[in-house]
Amino acid sequence: MSLLDIKDLRVTVDDHEILKGLNLQLKPGEVHSIMGPNGSGKSTLAQVLARRETFTVTGGQVQFNGKDLLAMKPEEAACEGVFLAFQYPVEIPGIGNAYFLRSALNAIRKYRGQDEMDAMDFLPMLREKMKLLEMDEKYLNRSVNEGFSGGEKKRNEILQMAMLEPKLAILDETDSGLDIDALRIVAAGVNAMRSPDRAILVVTHYQRLLHYIVPDRVHVLVDGRIERSGGPELALQLEETGYAAIEAAARGASRG
Amino acid sequence: MSSNTDAIRDLAQQEYKWGFVTNVSEDRIPKGLNEDVIRLISAKKSEPEFMLDWRLKAYRHWETLEKSHAEPKWANVHYSPIDYQDMIYYAAPKQKPNLQSLDDVDPEILRTYEKLGIPLQEQKMLAGVAVDAVFDSVSVGTTFKAKLAEAGVIFCSFSEAVQKHPELVRKYLGTVVPYTDNFFATLNSAVFSDGSFVYVPKGVRCPMELSTYFRINAAETGQFERTLIVADEGASVSYLEGCTAPIRDENQLHAAVVELIALGDAQIKYSTVQNWYPGDKNGKGGIYNFVTKRGACRGKNSKISWTQVETGSAITWKYPSCILQGDNSVGEFYSVALTNNYQQADTGTKMIHIGKNTRSTIVSKGISAGHGQNTYRGQVKIMKEATGARNYTQCDSLLIGEQCGAHTFPYIEVKNATARMEHEASTSKIGEDQLFYLRQRGLKTEDAVSMIVNGFCKRVFRELPMEFAVEAQKLLSVSLEGSVG
Repeated sequence: MSLLDIKDLRVTVDDHEILKGLNLQLKPGEVHSIMGPNGSGKSTLAQVLARRETFTVTGGQVQFNGKDLLAMKPEEAACEGVFLAFQYPVEIPGIGNAYFLRSALNAIRKYRGQDEMDAMDFLPMLREKMKLLEMDEKYLNRSVNEGFSGGEKKRNEILQMAMLEPKLAILDETDSGLDIDALRIVAAGVNAMRSPDRAILVVTHYQRLLHYIVPDRVHVLVDGRIERSGGPELALQLEETGYAAIEAAARGASRG
Repeated sequence: MSSNTDAIRDLAQQEYKWGFVTNVSEDRIPKGLNEDVIRLISAKKSEPEFMLDWRLKAYRHWETLEKSHAEPKWANVHYSPIDYQDMIYYAAPKQKPNLQSLDDVDPEILRTYEKLGIPLQEQKMLAGVAVDAVFDSVSVGTTFKAKLAEAGVIFCSFSEAVQKHPELVRKYLGTVVPYTDNFFATLNSAVFSDGSFVYVPKGVRCPMELSTYFRINAAETGQFERTLIVADEGASVSYLEGCTAPIRDENQLHAAVVELIALGDAQIKYSTVQNWYPGDKNGKGGIYNFVTKRGACRGKNSKISWTQVETGSAITWKYPSCILQGDNSVGEFYSVALTNNYQQADTGTKMIHIGKNTRSTIVSKGISAGHGQNTYRGQVKIMKEATGARNYTQCDSLLIGEQCGAHTFPYIEVKNATARMEHEASTSKIGEDQLFYLRQRGLKTEDAVSMIVNGFCKRVFRELPMEFAVEAQKLLSVSLEGSVG
């Protein structure tokens, strides 16, 4: 059974249709990549799945783990196991990183009927994951994302993902703004999260991240629809040819 | 955004929890204000003549102010004219004439303070905090007096100080806020009924936190308390005040005066958690909190630090200030002011640099929600002789929703070219992006808002005594009732 099942999803922003009937299925254990040119609707898809309310869903269904994802609020989707690694992580001044993460983890545990985790159990776990992401301990108590470089913010997103252990992780342009070393560390963090009961959706413009996180399937999103799907070789092919050919074909199809 | 908005509106549809009325028989004088009333108040307190004279001088001055309509109108707050004759100036619970100990206090009043979370029985109290409880016009009890006396610290009600330490009262009263200072301070000087008095002798570090808890109970009364804190050379003291009032449809006036005096090498830390009844969600009722607070750093190397968390009152008008006379003296002002529903606040500070190498720090955090209007008004003045003076001002506003307002009026006056001034200011909104980020991590909207607000205020909360920092955080989330309209 699919963990995520998107059928004919249509989404508008300010009366402008962005997603125009999108279909996608992910099974647990799979890593899929959504690629596409700027403005094709990649980030919209990522944010709609995380239930951002600035978008209007005008049609279609999304089942997540057998439940109607589109009926959920953002915090419900999060507690059900949807995680979005943000393209532009937000700063929360005055709130320490560790405090924030423990609040989030405990909100999710509470939703699931589990006991809250105290600082004694939480901190060793956090330190271990930070080591994996080669993050300095000073990030424990610094305010969430405040004064972090672009690369540090992205690493912090992956740290949160590692701590919250979602069923579905969506990475929105996680590679943007990363130098090659940071890219490798982030990719290693993501690969360590691959597991038979978790699905990962990697949204990216460029192929380079997919050298490190090798997907099971690659989908090309053009003008609000998935125009082509294939194995990891499709990403390599796109690096050679660019999106132009697929875009032209899509235009031809919609004319015909 | 709509469900964010709704959730914020629902957030803590918690009632004002401190709004109950205590049923005690009160000794009240008739409404109205004239010389006889001043004499009556003074007589009820068996005051020495110098006090009555001072009150009468203040009253006569106030009369001229009232005739010339000198009630301050420059603040960014709006209210219907106050009828000063339609108010009771003295109300006190009936009790035994001479309270020997807390056992003599009316059990109903003890229960009131217990309900407010301030048990007056010493064994139940927060260890290390001595409390003076002021109920309407009088102090009903002061705890840990014996322990403080061992250290030589005087902590008692103002009335008691007038009786037992008239020489100290006479020496310092009105020396920081003279009775001619401003309309409300003048009124207070004429009619003030009680308050707290603290004297910390030379070289003594006060062994515990001192705290006064002000409670307005009686209807149609004004509360006019006066607090005087003196830290003699090398002494130090930390003092905290809290305040609440019942829910009533009429506005009630609270016009207090606080004077702080720090002599050489002395330090005074004064913290306020102000939670007077703010009025209902339509702006009906609530306290008019028109307060004059000022500290004088008289000696070298002295320091006065104000920290305030202002969440209550329909209207707040107060500017805890420092006069930095002594060389190397330090003034600080840390403030969180929250206005929700139809609350209005015009608050800030004055830092007057007179001595050499004087330093001041101002950190103001204003939060506006609902239809709340929040004004920061600050003055930093560097006098000609104040060589090497420094000021740092940070002034931030946070807006929640579309109908509230934040205003900033900083005044800077520098007469000495060696001064160094820094001023930072910012205005931000709780953004949809911040809320979405926190909710995406599993936090409910109200918890997300609370987290953002507490983060915003952290710099100020850090300055509060620890026990109260936690209280202040809780109070803030409760006060965000119906935040977005």
